[in-house]
Amino acid sequence: MASSISAPTTAATSLTGSFTAEAFAAHLERVKHLPSWWLDRKRAAYARFAALPMPRRTDEGWRFSNLATLTLDGFHLPAAVGRDQLQHRELGVTGAGHLVFANNRLVAHQPLTTAGDRGIIFDTLQNALLQHGDLVKSHLLTQPSKLGSDKFAALHEAFLEDGAFIYVPKGVEAALPVGVFHYACGNGAAVFPHTLVIAEDNAKITVADFFRSDAGSRNFAPGLPLNQFACGGNDLYAGHGAAVTYIAMQDWSRGTLSFQFNATVARRDAKVLSLNLHAGARQARHESFSQLSAPGAHSEMLALTVAHGTQEFDQRTLQIHQAPNTSSNLLYKNALLDAAKTIFSGLIVVDPDAQKTDAYQSNRNLMLSDEAEANSLPGLEIQANDVRCTHGATSARIDREQEFYLESRGIRAAQAQELLVFGFFEEVLGKIEHQELHDILTEIIREKFKQ
Amino acid sequence: MSQLEIKDLHISIGDKPIVKGFTLTIKQGEVHAIMGPNGTGKSTLAKAIAGHPDYTITGGDVLLDGKSVLAMEPDERARAGLFLAFQYPSEIPGVSIANFLRAAVQARMAEGEELDASGYYKRLYAKMDLLKIDRKFTSRSVNEGFSGGEKKRCEILQMAMLEPKVALMDETDSGLDIDALRIVAEGVNAQRSGPSAPGILLITHYQRLLDYIVPDFVHVMYAGRIVKSGDKSLALELEAKGYDWVKKEFAAATA
Ligand SMILES: Nc1ncnc2c1ncn2[C@@H]1O[C@H](COP(=O)(O)OP(=O)(O)OP(=O)(O)O)[C@@H](O)[C@H]1O
Ligand SMILES: [Mg+2]
Repeated sequence: MASSISAPTTAATSLTGSFTAEAFAAHLERVKHLPSWWLDRKRAAYARFAALPMPRRTDEGWRFSNLATLTLDGFHLPAAVGRDQLQHRELGVTGAGHLVFANNRLVAHQPLTTAGDRGIIFDTLQNALLQHGDLVKSHLLTQPSKLGSDKFAALHEAFLEDGAFIYVPKGVEAALPVGVFHYACGNGAAVFPHTLVIAEDNAKITVADFFRSDAGSRNFAPGLPLNQFACGGNDLYAGHGAAVTYIAMQDWSRGTLSFQFNATVARRDAKVLSLNLHAGARQARHESFSQLSAPGAHSEMLALTVAHGTQEFDQRTLQIHQAPNTSSNLLYKNALLDAAKTIFSGLIVVDPDAQKTDAYQSNRNLMLSDEAEANSLPGLEIQANDVRCTHGATSARIDREQEFYLESRGIRAAQAQELLVFGFFEEVLGKIEHQELHDILTEIIREKFKQ
Repeated sequence: MSQLEIKDLHISIGDKPIVKGFTLTIKQGEVHAIMGPNGTGKSTLAKAIAGHPDYTITGGDVLLDGKSVLAMEPDERARAGLFLAFQYPSEIPGVSIANFLRAAVQARMAEGEELDASGYYKRLYAKMDLLKIDRKFTSRSVNEGFSGGEKKRCEILQMAMLEPKVALMDETDSGLDIDALRIVAEGVNAQRSGPSAPGILLITHYQRLLDYIVPDFVHVMYAGRIVKSGDKSLALELEAKGYDWVKKEFAAATA
């Protein structure tokens, strides 16, 4: 048949979309000064990306996802932009270090200045690749992609140009949080942000990761074609007794197709808290993979989502308990407005020798509209016999008596809803001790109610 | 002079008529006590006037300063000057008293007007001190885990902060021990003096409260309407004799 003759060429273009072999070659040219092991990995990643099919309806890891709107077409590797085009706003933490990336390139860097922070490396991934190659090699994208996005994870690795590298040596506790900002600027821009955090034994750090579009793209009308593509990742490594707090705020333009992959490794007695706030994008997929690899490790996996309009937020999680006496606590809370859609699919895996595991997984949806749709697929896979694992999912509407109570005090309906959503989120927000970061999270959520 | 006029009000829940021709005018500064057996429609009256969506007004009118409130949303009614102290206040997890009250105060300010935060807290703390509410309560979630008495005191705190023209107080005395009752009564009485004293509709089962908040009028509500009115001595009579004689009088009158 004619169609089978032409199949190879059509398949090749549709499998890579805008991210063609030429685009990859052009990208490699830009990073050719980086170590050869890294370039080899990128080539291998590109080959995987180009060979893997797009997700299919029958893929378990994509149940409920809207596949029709997943596309690799219409994007390009964007040109450099100046800092003045970003309307960039600081972290709001006086003296804190920050790195600002726009269109995959560094545009601003405020190094750490506090004396106690000596020994901490807070730099670009490119500099780290050149100066601390071994460290990067053992931690950058070393965990497998297990949640369904092998193709997009490979795309991320292939086109990753630069990102943040944060290394905290043994016993050092960073005095202040550090901020990493990733901007996508201009129509069609494809960005590949990455943040790598390595906290050695007994080290302590808080990292805030921001994902935003330039002002022009932010005011993107719904209904228009996608205008930006983001395919990012973060690796969080916490050594023995280390404490890592990672707060991500995803606020891409409403025309963005977004992927974000997290891999967390918590070693003996380490504590990792990650909170992802999902506010932006048209369609956003977030995969989070936590490994509790030694006794006493604890991972706190938190997420807040405000979904409105026709936004789709697709969240897939995996908590693997590989050692005894490890604990994990996952709490994903979604507030859904309008005709928005969320998907939560989570799996707790307890390995055979991970006795005394204490694992918790909970997805709670607050439905603010009859047209909104929340899907939950909680799951357990337990191979040890002495464990405590709980999981559950709930969807509830706003309580009418609570709403009336607020309104009976003169609070307008919209404001009452907002208060109730914040009340619903407080269980998560309350865990963020840092006041400024708490305020920023609050502000991003509040902004969504103004739209 | 503010006043609330309730005119021949009829209220149904679903198809079931509960309030059947309730008429009363409450002028600024007056305290009207409403007493009556369980299930007679007292809370229904108060909640319907506040605009609760479960209740349907099937007849009559409610006018605040001559303007009907029936077409208004609950929040508009509140901003117009109505206040309901709930018999069973809702618990709102995750919303602190401070944020909740600030939102309520802000809702009454003009667009673009900024709340003076330090002034707000000063006022809030003063009212809390008066009601002997620990200042730590400002960071607690609204009514969550509050004891019965704490909830009622918190209702009065809100009333004090929002300075309504008319307050409908539904069994504010229930669940209060004798000291708390005195504190709550003092809180209400403090608001009764001065030029902006609200008119108060005080729903209660107990004469005891009326020793502390002395009413100008006492009404007996039965079968959805007022069947007897008098001064504070009527409350003493009810306390002594119960409702049976009122019911008999009512039965005789409607037979
Ligand atoms: N939401 C509701 N749905 C159905 N029936 C209701 C509802 N609310 C109240 N009722 C009924 O309406 C009637 C009046 O109730 P209401 O609470 O107004 O009485 P009350 O006079 O306040 O009683 P109490 O002294 O016990 O507080 C009762 O028969 C009650 O069961
Ligand atoms: Mg009642």
